[in-house]
Parts: sequence; structure tokens; C-alpha cells
Amino acid sequence: MKYVAKPLPPVELPELRQIGKPLRRVDALGKAVGATAYAGDFTMPGMLHAKVLRSSEPSARIIRLDVSKARALAGVACVLTAEELPDGKLTTDMPGQTGQKRRTGSDAPVLASEVVRFVGEPIALVAAETLDTARQALELIEIDYEPVPGVYDPLEAMEPGAPILHPPDNVVARWKIRRGDVAAGMEAADVIVENTFRAPFVEHAFLEPEAGLAWVDEQGVINIRVCTQVVEHFRSIARALQVPQNKVRIRGTMVGGGFGGKEDITVEIFLAMLARHTGRPVRLAYTREESFAAQSKRHPFVITHRTGVQRSGRITAAEIKLVADSGAYPYLSPYVLLYATIMAAGPYRVDNLRIDSAAVATNQPFTSAFRGFGGPQACLAYEQQMDEIARTLDMDPLALRRVNYFRTGDPNATGQIIESAAWLEESASRALEALGEKSVERGPIKIGQGLASYFQSYGRITWFHDTSRAWVGMELDGTVVIRCGTPDLGAGQVNSLCQITAEILGVPLTDATVYSTDSALTPLAGTSTATRQLYMSGNAVAKAAGAVREVLLGRAQNHFEEELDNLDLADGRVIVKSDPGRSLPLGELAAMCAAEGLALSNLALFKAPFSEGIDPDTGQGRVFPDFTFGSQAVEVAVDTETGQVEVLKSVACHDVGRAINPAAVEGQIAGGSNQGLGYALMEEFKLEEGRILTPSLTEYLIPTAVDFTPTEVIILESGTGVGPFGAKGIGEPALTPAAPAVANAVADAIGVRIRELPLTAERVLAALDENWP
Amino acid sequence: MPSRMIALTVNGRGREILVKPKATLLQALRELGCTDVKNGCEKGDCGACAVLLDGIAVNSCLVLAGQTDGSEVTTNAGLGTIDHPHALQEAFADGGAVQCGYCTSGMVISAKALLDRNPEPTESEIGQAISGNLCRCTGYGQIIQAIQVAAGSQRRGEE
Repeated sequence: MKYVAKPLPPVELPELRQIGKPLRRVDALGKAVGATAYAGDFTMPGMLHAKVLRSSEPSARIIRLDVSKARALAGVACVLTAEELPDGKLTTDMPGQTGQKRRTGSDAPVLASEVVRFVGEPIALVAAETLDTARQALELIEIDYEPVPGVYDPLEAMEPGAPILHPPDNVVARWKIRRGDVAAGMEAADVIVENTFRAPFVEHAFLEPEAGLAWVDEQGVINIRVCTQVVEHFRSIARALQVPQNKVRIRGTMVGGGFGGKEDITVEIFLAMLARHTGRPVRLAYTREESFAAQSKRHPFVITHRTGVQRSGRITAAEIKLVADSGAYPYLSPYVLLYATIMAAGPYRVDNLRIDSAAVATNQPFTSAFRGFGGPQACLAYEQQMDEIARTLDMDPLALRRVNYFRTGDPNATGQIIESAAWLEESASRALEALGEKSVERGPIKIGQGLASYFQSYGRITWFHDTSRAWVGMELDGTVVIRCGTPDLGAGQVNSLCQITAEILGVPLTDATVYSTDSALTPLAGTSTATRQLYMSGNAVAKAAGAVREVLLGRAQNHFEEELDNLDLADGRVIVKSDPGRSLPLGELAAMCAAEGLALSNLALFKAPFSEGIDPDTGQGRVFPDFTFGSQAVEVAVDTETGQVEVLKSVACHDVGRAINPAAVEGQIAGGSNQGLGYALMEEFKLEEGRILTPSLTEYLIPTAVDFTPTEVIILESGTGVGPFGAKGIGEPALTPAAPAVANAVADAIGVRIRELPLTAERVLAALDENWP
Repeated sequence: MPSRMIALTVNGRGREILVKPKATLLQALRELGCTDVKNGCEKGDCGACAVLLDGIAVNSCLVLAGQTDGSEVTTNAGLGTIDHPHALQEAFADGGAVQCGYCTSGMVISAKALLDRNPEPTESEIGQAISGNLCRCTGYGQIIQAIQVAAGSQRRGEE
């Protein structure tokens, strides 16, 4: 079928000077020449080196732990166990921001004392004069385990009699959504389609393993340099250490990739404990293997859809069940599960809807945030289900979707009205048009095309009452300084702040300097998670820059004796628009303001819309500030003799509202898509009875430059987002539609649906051969 | 076995360093302050620690420092600076080829080794040349384009 792109509704976005330009990001050159310092690059005189003793057992009681030989080793400064922090617990919860009730007793201990619940759980810390000595000391720690029956499958973990990780049962979170009358909706359907889909554990595999350096300064403040997505963890660390919150300072660095994996606390709590205990600087850097074993994974999900649909393609009812594996501790599982639950029915209007979800503990690595936060797993299921419905009805997949796509003004699963543009058909038809006609099949090579559309939130849950702060000031030579706590994960977070400020204050991007990610000296901007920084801190910095602009223009009004609307800031000058010959360098204007005591700086607070929590019985209520919409289309070649799947072409089309920096947006989409293609075809963090079978990048394969053809990116700009200049968020959504598009393409190619990721050659061959062992 | 002193030329400067028998070139270079050489896996999977060893791109984590006595090592920081970037570094910065930046130094080194032996590589040759360098952010497309841009500007510079 040949697709013709649906015309876009008319949108007139004003031409701007900095916004919408693919400028060189402010962080790019330093990184390109190797000058940027990452968390593992810092050292200090007198510094100690730390190592962590971790559980070798997935489920066991610690019956003996003897650190005396390790403590006695020459060069060992200290060995710490759970005795150091008797009630030390780790929670990924931002005080003042999250209000969700937590299940007591299931937070992870900082160090395990009596029981270990997964391979890699931390038990003891060593700090020594050299890294070699620290390693030797680890080997001198004597530990005896008594195995305890474990559970390694979330469905088994829900069965009566299953070993219990956190009493009273293994279910650490549940959500439900009730809308309309599902029984009546199913009754009105011509057909009912039911399928179950599965997704595996996935590793973030950022290139920079977790690292940091901590020391106690002359004020008694514990300073921690660390690569983190959340500088606000200083509060959790203070609470765990029982020190005042103003005695812990996190100085974040440029992060070498996060993707949610650096959202929970990593090395910083251990560094804080060791620095406080020894009074000396301490460095801790995880090896790749330790990074894999110690930190979170993407949630495996089992998702069952039962959908009632009429011959016209109209969905009349849907029943969806989701079970997520939370691993050994809940961490962010309740929220990941909530996202997956709200997005489970996809970007489709379903008036009769029943969704039940559970996150269940097992003796496996804990699962938490990972780019998309439950959205990709939900999309994987709903978009494969849509294709299965289309196949059942013998309908074109886009035609089926078109009948059901959300339109602006429609309610979603929680009854929240979609307020911004919902360019689903627009993005899908563009992606399919660019994908073009199907390639020709040759011999055993079968060709398939697949489409996936999605909707995904950006910005945090509205009952978290999210805020961000930014400070903008102009120096007396007209250059600009920005202070904002935003952690930069490499996605261009701080560059966006600079580009927005430069636009508003009329200076070149190179005249903006940004200080970020310091919990003590930069205004707290909240987490670099939830695709929220452009929305939240972008709006905060726009507000602060706007206030400075107002002061500058007010002074210029007196100087030129012109109306305000006849003045503008551009190219480092204030200009009279009707007479561009009359202008003044911003430095001179700033100096005039300073001489008169006018404020050349502003600290702004941006608040997201606040809402009450959702109804616990029906799941109804507002949950998110807004949503991003888009689609991806993929063509694959499947070798039916070897089972190999090759991606021939991939096109992703997203409405980003407004692209602040199109090159950066393209990078987000292409990079997110690549992770999604890896999710579809390669990646699985494998375990056997809780033991890791993919302990390093040798066994756990992520896409290289030769695995996939780069995804073609089509950027749409509806201008309707709630971010600055109408921007929506794209960081996380970029990943979401890739894997289901591939799964749909493979099913199209071979005529059989494989309901479990990744689509390995073995699974393809098994699907093609009923007699496969 | 005792530690031994080795002499290296690192980014054009003569350096001496005492290395343990098991120390890798990666560890030695980082001890010398070459923090642009990144540790991503210590077993040759990721390429973040790539350097030019006597003109050849190697994973410095797979080379014992003791074997490199008398060698010439070039790291990414030795190719250019913020004030005077190399054509590859400039193209990476301009072309969206840098996101988190952790893979970038190794990536630039692999690209440099490629352009040294093949000034006019195809997309597929570039892909092969950087296939030992993992990047989790970009999806590689903008990196491949940047290397082509740099190759073009180097060729024009030589004409």
C-alpha cells in the first residue's frame, strides 16, 4: 500500500534568532576535544580508594560476616558494614515533590545485614590507600550464607506459597483503571482479540560506569562529586546518615549517559559514609561488571490485552492486565507501573476500559527508571495488539488506527483531556510515506513493514507538585550567566537553557555561560528525569531571562525615548526597530542599569500544574502536564533460513512542539530509536535463578555502528506544547515506538507473531517451525 | 615482579612512569593525567579508551603498559584543543555527534586512524572503522556524518 502524508494543520511559528537553529551545543566542543571532566576524572591529595562487597547469592541469610582480617590489612583505612547505619534505607523519593504512599518495610537497606535478596546487593564497604589494597581487603572479608528459597518469576511470585521477599506478599504496587461499561462494550463488539506479550530485563549500558569522589570540607559539609540525574538526593543521603540537610552537597558532573540508570542513588551514599568515617577524600568508581550487577534494569512485563472491536475497526472495550517484575526492591516500580498502566491502552480512545496492574518482587536485580518509564513496554503490547486486530479484521494497520486515534479534546484512560495537538495520523502517514514501497523479496528473504504510534507524558506526575528554579544574570559587558541545578545527561539539557536565554536576551549562544548541577550553589531545578527539564527548567529560565529583559528594555526606553514595542534585543545590542541605526551594545545598557541599582539578575520559580491524586478505585483524574505524540515505521528483511532480522529502513516522526535545537532533537530521536531497535532485536539481561548470565558488554550486546541503519528523523512542530516556545518533550518518547514497529514488521514478513522480545534468530526460527525443540 | 620505569611520548611530550607488571596502558595514561582516555569496560568491548599507539588505534585497556616502552601515544586531547580543535573534533561538535561525550574521545581516535589510511571513506567503511566503539546516545548516524564532513574538510585543506 502506498501512503500519502496527511496534510498538517496550519501552524505559524515565528522565525526566531536562536530557537529552532541547529547551533553547536555549548557542551559539545569541550567533550569533542576530551577536555570535559567526568565524575571518575577527579582526584584529591590524600585520597582513599573504595570498593564494595556484594552478595554472590540471590536469596540467602547472612549467618556470619567477619571483616576483622580486612580491617587488619595494612593500608586499609576502614571497613564499614550495616552496623555503621543501623536503619539506613535507600529511597528514590524527592521530599517535597513526591506524595505517593510507600509500602513500608520494602525500601532497600543501604547495606544488607541479615538477608540478601539479589546477586550484587551491597554488604560492606572498604576504603584503602590504593585500589589494589581495597581489592585485597574485599577478598579478606569472610562471609557465610545460608541459602533461602527464592523466586525468579513475577507470576510465580504471586502464587500462594511462593517465597516472600517483603511481607505480607510480593506485590509491591497495584493500580487499576475503570472507565465505562466493559461488559457492554464487549457485547457490542463483532470480534474479541486476546494476546499476551512479554518484554525482558534490559540494561541501561550507558558508557560511563557510576563514579564519584567525596570529601568533608572545613565547614563539615560532605561534598560529593558524582554523575547523577538527581542532585536532590543530598536530602536522602542526609536522612540516611542522620546529618542536617545543609551538611550534604552534591556537585554533579556532566553525566556520561543516564537513561534512568542514574536516577536512583548509586555510589554517592557509600562515598558519603566513607568520607565521613575517615575524614579523608574517597573515590569510588564501579567496574562495568559492578555497574551491571549493582544498579537497576528496565522492568520485564507480561501484558495481556483483550480487546473488543467492531468490523468498522472501532474499539468498543478493552481489558488489560499488566504484571511487572520489580526485582528485589521496589525503588521506582510503583510509578513505572503507573505510567505503563495509564498508557496501556495506547493513543486510542477507549471508552470502556478495565486495567489491572501489579509490580511483583523477585530475587533478581531491582528494576526502576529506564528511558520511557514503562511507556515502551506498554507500547510494545498495545501496538502489536493493534496489528493483530487489523489482521483479524483484514484491515490496513493505519486505517484501523485512524478510526481510534486520540484527537485533541478526547479523554485518555484516566479521563484526562488531551489538550495539545495529537498528531498521530500526521506522524504515522509521514513515517509510512518516507518508508516507501516494500522492497522485493528474494528466495528465503522475506520483507515486512511495521508501524507503531504512541503517546507519552512529559513532565512529572502532577500530584508531585513539581517545581524548577533558574537564575539568569547579565554581566557588565553584556555576557550572560545562567545558574540552574539541571543535571546534563548528554541530551543537551544545559544547552537548551542557554539557547532559550540567548534568544530572550538577544545575545549569541556563545555569550551564555551556564553553571549547573550543584545542590548548594545552583537553584534546585529538580531531576533530569521524566522528560521534564526542557519543560520545567526551560520555562524557569525563560521566566528569569524575561524578567532581566524587562529591566533592560525599561532602561532603554528612557535612553532612546521610544515605546517599548519599538525596542528589541538582538546580536548583543538593544535596537530601535523602526530605526536600526539607533542601537547600543548590551554592555553599555547593562552598565547604565548597574549604575542606577537596577536588578540585572532574576531568580525564577516555575510550577507545573498541581493536581490531587487519582481516584484509587477508578484511576480517574489528571496525572500529567501534557503528552508527546509520534510514530515510527520500519522495514525489515527476515532470512527464513537463518532467522536473522535485518532492519532495512527506519523512519521516526514525532511532534516535538517546537525544536529548540533541531540537531539535538534529531540526536535524541535517532539515538532513542537505536536503543529501541536494540530492545527489539538484541538486548536481554539474562538471569538463571537470579544469577547473571550477561555480566558485561561481552555478553550483553548493545547496537554497534554496523548493526542498524541510522533512523531517518522527521521533526514536526505543532507549537502546542507546554514547554518554552510551545516545545514538548522528546527525550524518552524517542525510544518508545521503535521496538513495536520492528515486531510488527517481523510479523508482517513471516506471517507469524512472536510475542516475546528480543526477536532473536532462535525465536524467529522457532516461530517458523512448529517442530522447533 | 617489580614495577619498572617506562618512557613514552604522549601527545608529543616525553613522559616517564613507573608501572606495575599488570598495569594497562589505560591505567598508565590516566595516571599521567590523560583523563580524556575513558574507562568504560576494561576488556576491549567499548572502545572508550582507544588511543593511537605508534599510529595504530588500540584499546589501551588491552595493552600492558610495560610493552609500550619507547612508543608514541596520541590521545584525543593530543589532536586538538578548544582553541585549536582538530577537523574531526570540530565536525563532531558541529554535527550533533556529541551527546554525553563519554565515547567521543575513543570515537575520534578510531576516526583519525581511519582517515589516516583512507582519506575518502564510504559510510560503510566508517561504520566498520568505529564498530569497536560503542555509543549509547546517538545511534551513530550523526557520528558517521561528522566523520565524512571532517574527511571532506581535510581533503579540501590539503588541496
